Amino acid sequence: MRKPKTGVLGVFPYLDDTTEAIRRCRQEGIPVTVYSPTPRHEIEEALEATESPVRIFTLVGAFTGTASGAALAIWTSLDWPLITGGKEIVSLPAFTVIMFELTVLFGALATVIGLFINARLPQFFGEGKYHPSFSAGNFGVFAHIAPEKFETARTIMTESGSEEVLVEHAQ
Amino acid sequence: MASTSDTLVHPDVRGYADVNRDAMRLLTRPGPGYLALLGMSVSLVGLAAFCWMWQLAYGMGMSGLNNPVGWGTYITTFVFWVGIGHAGTLISAILFLFRAAWRQSIYRFAEAMTVFAVLTAGLFPIIHIGRPWLFYYLLPYPNQRQIWPNFRSPLLWDVFAVTTYLTVSSVFFFIGLIPDIAAARDAAVVPWRKKAYSVLSLGWRGTDREWKHFTRAYLFLAALATPLVLSVHSVVSWDFAVSIVPGWHTTIFAPYFVAGAILSGVAMVITIVVPVRKIFHLEAYLTPMHFDRLAKLLLLTSTIVGYAYGMEYFMAWYSGELYERDVFLDRVSGDYWWAGWSMITFNGIVPHLLWFRRVRENLNYFFIISIIVNIGMWYERFVIIVPSLAHSYMPWQMVNYHMSWVEAGILMGSFGWFFMWFLLFLRFLPGLSIAEIKEVLPPPMRGTRETRLHAQQVPERQEIVEQPAPATAHLKRAQGE
Repeated sequence: MRKPKTGVLGVFPYLDDTTEAIRRCRQEGIPVTVYSPTPRHEIEEALEATESPVRIFTLVGAFTGTASGAALAIWTSLDWPLITGGKEIVSLPAFTVIMFELTVLFGALATVIGLFINARLPQFFGEGKYHPSFSAGNFGVFAHIAPEKFETARTIMTESGSEEVLVEHAQ
Repeated sequence: MASTSDTLVHPDVRGYADVNRDAMRLLTRPGPGYLALLGMSVSLVGLAAFCWMWQLAYGMGMSGLNNPVGWGTYITTFVFWVGIGHAGTLISAILFLFRAAWRQSIYRFAEAMTVFAVLTAGLFPIIHIGRPWLFYYLLPYPNQRQIWPNFRSPLLWDVFAVTTYLTVSSVFFFIGLIPDIAAARDAAVVPWRKKAYSVLSLGWRGTDREWKHFTRAYLFLAALATPLVLSVHSVVSWDFAVSIVPGWHTTIFAPYFVAGAILSGVAMVITIVVPVRKIFHLEAYLTPMHFDRLAKLLLLTSTIVGYAYGMEYFMAWYSGELYERDVFLDRVSGDYWWAGWSMITFNGIVPHLLWFRRVRENLNYFFIISIIVNIGMWYERFVIIVPSLAHSYMPWQMVNYHMSWVEAGILMGSFGWFFMWFLLFLRFLPGLSIAEIKEVLPPPMRGTRETRLHAQQVPERQEIVEQPAPATAHLKRAQGE
């Protein structure tokens, strides 16, 4: 289900207040976006976050790299079978280096692609309200909620210890 | 209160906002010392460019290379710079996997050093081939006769290893920078900086979704970079070890080169970090604990390298191989004895002064030792490469190599090139890893000591709107606006 673009943003200077607001919003069935200056396990626990699928991208990328390295070295050697240094045409021990390097290269690039797809980056017009203090020291909880229910979210934010509550009307 | 010798971050850094403030200070208008260093670096790059143009105009005869010594200063310097990069990846990736929290304040410098060192190293094979416009012969593509490069050759392995290393290190560096560039974007007041940081931060806002995928991606990148860093210098060592030149054909080359690479890299981290700490007043982040850990790394790798030196001589003697024994004897008593003894003294003996706490804790001594190790490690590569080629099998073939002024100019220019990029990095991108340093600070919790201190620093909403945040104000003031 798509989250509403409208909502209420609470700005929190304290981590425990932030997790309190997250839990209360979730109890009310309100989807939230949480902002933090650094990753914190407390927030992940409050959100009951699932495992990131980036690992699948890494695995697929790495295996693709291994296969590509093997294919490149073997196919090009068979394409013009020229004996060098008295070695076999398909010299697997030597080709292992190429396979290893491409495993790492493709694995790393696939990880970045996985990050960009899953984290939706680059994103210059992100949904929900933002506050520049989130990259400095404050935490934020944006409750995605329709305007008629703003008051519920505002109450949760204030009672949880938000120093400031901002609202985002329709974009 | 904990003493500074056993803390990751000085107790004076009391909250998250302090970290932003101090990290942004690096991006403010630089002092005359910075400009003088940058000017010196750019001048050295100019010197190297002139020397390279001279070599291009008058040919490879302008270098000291000739039969039988076909590899000289350029390949020595290539191996040296690839090695320098290794400590960066060790600190950023391997220590990350080991959860060594002390890496947090230092790793961004080390990682930048890796990227710029590999960037510098990559120039040398191109300079060395003499006709740089044909560098694409290195790439895996079929020539006019439909023959592909020889995948059994260590030189081609090296092309794959170094390009992969450069790509993965750059990606790892940039991904780690994204949250910190976003912090710089939020603090920037100069319009072009704000725009540039907005683009470079890719719209990062620190949401739970972003952090969730970012932390996993970073972990996997570190896991991939770890075997990569061990492989790169192994592959570089096989450029030598797979051949049958006396002094090169040994099985210990891979671990020997990797240990040497980490030794030189750690030494370069120290060479960089000591002045940066002083110039930018980062004493709160680069505490004696960091230098203590770096000293121990230096000691460990120096011991491994010293053991490898001893083993090389033991094997040359014990194998009974005449040419091998002769080459090793020549390294310490032949025409290049000065280089051989410099290598042994600078890398295998001098670092052991760090066993003494008084030496380890004195940054002046530590800085000097790091420079001595850097010089020693350049000599190590020189000693491995040149005397073996100059003194191989046939006495009538034994001709010494001398570095020409063109090669010396390009060698000096490589340091200028490296430091130029590093100084520009310090000026334009966050050198302190803001988000990761915050991970080692206690989080602000309501009612604790940290909370009260934090509350004094993060301004109320009203203040943020009407007055710039502390970091912003500082930036603005320093930029004279």
